[in-house]
Amino acid sequence: MAVAQPSPSTVSSRVKPLPPISKSLMTRRKGANQLMWALCILSTALAIIPLLLVLYYVTIQGVKVLNLDFFTQVQKPMGEAGGGMKHAIFGTMMMVGIASCIGLPIGILGGIFLSEFGNNRLAFYVRFAADVLNGIPSIVIGVFVYAVAVLPVSKATNGNVSFSAWAGGLALGIMMIPTIMRTTEEIVKLVPSSLREGALALGDTRWHSTFKIVLGAAKGGVITGILLAIARVSGETAPLLFTALGNNFFNSDPKQPTASLPVTIYTFATSADDGWNALAWGGAFVLVAMILVLSIAARYATQSKQ
Amino acid sequence: MVSPAPNSENRSLFKRTKLFDARTTDAIFYWTTLGFAGLILVLVAWLGFQLYSSAAPSIAKFGPKFLTSSKWDPVEEIYGAWPYIYGTLVSSFLALLLAVPIGLGTAIYLAELAPKWMRTPLSFLVELLAAVPSVVYGLWGRLVLIPAILPLQGWLSEHAYKWPIVGPLFDGAPMGFSMMAGGLILAIMILPFITAVSREVIKAVPPMQREAAFGLGSTHWEAIRGPILRAARSGIIGAIILGLARALGETMAITMVIGNGNEASASLLAPANTLSSKLALEFAEASGDQLPALMYLALVLFGITIVVNGFARLMIWNMARQVKGSTRG
Repeated sequence: MAVAQPSPSTVSSRVKPLPPISKSLMTRRKGANQLMWALCILSTALAIIPLLLVLYYVTIQGVKVLNLDFFTQVQKPMGEAGGGMKHAIFGTMMMVGIASCIGLPIGILGGIFLSEFGNNRLAFYVRFAADVLNGIPSIVIGVFVYAVAVLPVSKATNGNVSFSAWAGGLALGIMMIPTIMRTTEEIVKLVPSSLREGALALGDTRWHSTFKIVLGAAKGGVITGILLAIARVSGETAPLLFTALGNNFFNSDPKQPTASLPVTIYTFATSADDGWNALAWGGAFVLVAMILVLSIAARYATQSKQ
Repeated sequence: MVSPAPNSENRSLFKRTKLFDARTTDAIFYWTTLGFAGLILVLVAWLGFQLYSSAAPSIAKFGPKFLTSSKWDPVEEIYGAWPYIYGTLVSSFLALLLAVPIGLGTAIYLAELAPKWMRTPLSFLVELLAAVPSVVYGLWGRLVLIPAILPLQGWLSEHAYKWPIVGPLFDGAPMGFSMMAGGLILAIMILPFITAVSREVIKAVPPMQREAAFGLGSTHWEAIRGPILRAARSGIIGAIILGLARALGETMAITMVIGNGNEASASLLAPANTLSSKLALEFAEASGDQLPALMYLALVLFGITIVVNGFARLMIWNMARQVKGSTRG
């Protein structure tokens, strides 16, 4: 059966030709395009400039005060020249160490739970809670730790022990948990299940296969998560303000108030003393350098595993 | 005699002793990891509960009026949170006003317009912004930014307060430490978050949309404005709300530049305080009735950030669902 096909001549006679695009419309459209390009480039410049300014000032002003004294001496009283931040650097290391003892086990084991057994209701609530914890302002966490680790201890010891490095470490540790838990879960999930099943098929137990084989394969990613969490937490000031408080002197006793790099920077920066302000820049330089090194090491840890 | 192959019957925790067999150790493994994971649930619940119970005396005394009254006087023991809620909201709004256009523009540039070789280093630089600790921003803000904007503030205070509608925004003496400085610093700090998330969201739009737009003869901008931004819309809104959540909780940088004002003033040149900066400044020496009132402030802050964060998660989750749907169809 022959189907009537429209011949080209009948089609063109029935369809009206489009009017040519007006030149002004094209210019307007092109102009709008150029404008948006320019605005986007401007935005990017405006975004990068503050960063460059901050890094510039921190480096220039910070390096000025970095000498041997900076790392070996404690601060001098206001008005006296010189001094250093030895106590602050040590305090930060001590409290990050305490924080890791809390944050690492909970974060890693929790992350393993979520990735190995994580398809149930409980896992959903745990993930939700980790997200909530991640979003809580760090000062609220500091207030919480004050209420549970400073106030009660102070009452129990009659004021002998109140602000302490333990409390500061606890606050920082709580902040580490969501980051480590999420990174561990993601990384362990990425390990191909054939690895896991192979181990189990050979008669290995669940826990042994997880720790030795799966975690072995995921080692780089987990270390990345840990280093990133440490980098983030070592720069935190607010949770330490009323847990570890601060200290003008060197302190290695975790039961006592302890100086930390961020809090000391804050104290020095907000003081009226020029010498202290200068030391604050030095502390800021050390802090930013530390965080940069940790972040780069974290990236390197992931890459070398591939 | 050949020893039997190891299986769950005869493998044990300790090779010499048959203390636990493999089934038991696996059960221990399950329950231990479950316990540690559950610890987070316990922690968050405890946090909320502890904040509430520490604030309870203040809640009982002032009730919801706390949120709207403006007097904060530790001597008379009358507390009101309004200036600080106002400070938090206004500084965050200012920050968003600056950071959203710049962040979106940067995200579009990084995702669509920048030459390929520039994308990674530039993105790395923007992410570096997020790695700088808050206290370093505060230090820089205090010692570099504020002296730099003082001339501008001086000019505004002399001329702008007479302007018709925006006049009251520039009322008062220029002191440097002000809501303006707070908003500026906050904008710089939330910029990388808005940029990074928006960039991911724009990159996730299926290339088919872009190609279809080009096929119909649109310019690059028209392609972005049309299909791409429309598809990325809820993700970008999620990024904005995430930036807002970050701004609400930010403490140190804002404390160091906002000037410790205790009145809710319309002027951008006036010093102010946010919920978090008030906590940072007064908590260490608080005593007596002041402590529950400060806890009440912390509870309010806690509540606000949870609500906003939840909203942001919802939007980003929504966007993920939409993208999956459109690639299927």
